[in-house]
Amino acid sequence: MGLLLQYTLIFASVLVLVALGGCFSEHSGVINIGLEGIMVMGALGGALMLHFLPAGTSAFMMVLLTVLAAVALGAVYSLLLAVAAVSFKADQTIVGTAMNLLGTAAATVFVKAMNTAADPNNVSSTIQYIAAKKAFLVNLGGFEFNWFMLLAAIALVCSYVLLYKTRFGLRLMACGEHPQAADSVGINVYKMRYAGVLISGVLGGLGGIVYITAGVSEWKFENGVAGFGFLALAVMIFGQWKPTRIALAALLFGLFRALSNVYTGFDFLTALNLPSSVYNMLPYLISLVVLAFTSSKSRAPKAEGIPYDKGQR
Amino acid sequence: MEEAKKRSPLMRNSAAQSLLASLLCILIGLLVGYIVLLIINPAGAGKAIATIVKNFLYYPSQTAQLKYLGNTLVKTAPLLLCSLSVLFAYKVGLFNIGAAGQYVVGAGASLYCALALKMPWYLCLLAAILAGALLGALSGVLKAYCNVNEVISCIMLNWISLYLVNTLLTNVKESASPYTMTLISTNSGALIPSMGLGNLFSSNQYVTIAIPLAVIVTLIIWVLLEKTKLGYELKATGFNKDAAQYCGMKEKRNIILTMAIAGALAGMAAALLYQTGFEQWSCTQSAVPAMGFNGIAAAFLGGLNPIGTIFSSYFIQHITSGGAYVDKTMYSSQISDFISALIIYLCGFVLFFKFALNNRLDRRAERENKAAQAAAPKEGGDQ
Repeated sequence: MGLLLQYTLIFASVLVLVALGGCFSEHSGVINIGLEGIMVMGALGGALMLHFLPAGTSAFMMVLLTVLAAVALGAVYSLLLAVAAVSFKADQTIVGTAMNLLGTAAATVFVKAMNTAADPNNVSSTIQYIAAKKAFLVNLGGFEFNWFMLLAAIALVCSYVLLYKTRFGLRLMACGEHPQAADSVGINVYKMRYAGVLISGVLGGLGGIVYITAGVSEWKFENGVAGFGFLALAVMIFGQWKPTRIALAALLFGLFRALSNVYTGFDFLTALNLPSSVYNMLPYLISLVVLAFTSSKSRAPKAEGIPYDKGQR
Repeated sequence: MEEAKKRSPLMRNSAAQSLLASLLCILIGLLVGYIVLLIINPAGAGKAIATIVKNFLYYPSQTAQLKYLGNTLVKTAPLLLCSLSVLFAYKVGLFNIGAAGQYVVGAGASLYCALALKMPWYLCLLAAILAGALLGALSGVLKAYCNVNEVISCIMLNWISLYLVNTLLTNVKESASPYTMTLISTNSGALIPSMGLGNLFSSNQYVTIAIPLAVIVTLIIWVLLEKTKLGYELKATGFNKDAAQYCGMKEKRNIILTMAIAGALAGMAAALLYQTGFEQWSCTQSAVPAMGFNGIAAAFLGGLNPIGTIFSSYFIQHITSGGAYVDKTMYSSQISDFISALIIYLCGFVLFFKFALNNRLDRRAERENKAAQAAAPKEGGDQ
């Protein structure tokens, strides 16, 4: 049971981070389908840092540098969306999709090149970080506490405050609801949208590194992040674009995702004798069903997905 | 002056603009790909990018070239149908990122019918079409009645179908490998007939009527979209759902129908590949096959025109196949995926490109107009 709780919390942390990222971007008015690609890039940045930091680095520095690398790469990568969607008014769905494909392809090309350069016989796209990963974990009597869980909780509180209690957050949301009105009172819609997308890059990148260190000690970048960015989008929609509800939704989805890792530990689940693919499918299936029941009264930001054009009324 | 007048109507032509934009996307995509290769290892970059662009021309003998051209065409046929699937939905205002999943269930249905139920090829093909259509329609129903964004539902269904099909096809896999049994050993009647086409490509047994079939389907889709009432209604629904409903079109039915047709196309795509015996399904694959996603690239690169997608699908498959030949001691074949993804990204800018081009042309026309006007009163003033 402790194991289930542990996995639920860590997967929920990933979902909270990435879904909050999506939440910022969409509140500013930009649909961020590219979260999956941003996660891959963040994961790549973090994994490289973990892989290359010397063994003697203190745990604190290890966590700090890894987080910084993931966040930086995620934010830089999200600029691809910001430039295309805000400055060039490109179709946000196409650009987002391209970013997902590009993220996985670029990471694979890069990691393979790196591996082959180190050892000509190694053509895999896998990075290992077995020893380095221990820096994130604190053993509390059988329960492996992960610093990322705390980080996700902090991100949640900060997001709530930022969105609802600061001038910046309220202005950001105005840009997603009615950009023309926001512009008319002197808010720079373009700047706000850039900010929204960049924050989603930061959170998405962070989510990426948390995901690939949750439960495994190496990652094969050919697989991207297996649709987790989209699960996060489902969490965001289920959470009605509100941080507190997103957190609850993330816990629910995290639970189902965790089940596929630990179902063998439960006697009644093993007794059902279901193939493991059923558990693999479960989070996607649940999110589809949940979306079917909750989407009809969707409270999406009104202007999301529509490029803002100053000259248009 | 004379020349400018002649040139500007051509540049104004929307088809010419699309072509120009696509060529630019390809050029920039290849250029960035080349730069990435240079960064990885400058020594072989020039050769590698040439290999990707050359693809089958990489072989010295003409027989081998023909044979591998055949192989590229074998994979172009399914890609063409996948890109049609994306294109068809996009014309109706839906983004069918689920082509990948519909392709997966198509493969599952066709291979299961062929290997377990020992059906003839046309029934397997039909099963694949139906399976794809069903999955597509499911996304359509979710969109029409539950307001679920089709992009999200499609992605979820992509993964669900992958795990389902892996489980289903485990029943018909070879005992020693994760691959499904070969059609030729189990049920050669499920192979799509070649009708002598293979002989044109140095007796390549994988070249079948699947290729002309894909082209025929393309033409049907073009006629359906451009020349029929149904096509008009579907496009109207995509353009403005509320207006279409106001005009008495059944907008919910249209959404579901569109996704079903798009799904059918993607499902058929899988049958056209797996029923040539060119590939076997790996029951342990942990990622959704790239074919459906490459379809997105081909659809947008083809300027969202069915005829255009024939060329763009060939091009995307050409560089994807070419990627397999790069020197593996330096680079990975995924460099082609990288270039295709880059091309999709650049396609996002096509609208802006057309807008900017038209703007420029407008401004030039205005300047010329003004110059002409400024010249006219002068002549008048002399009198």
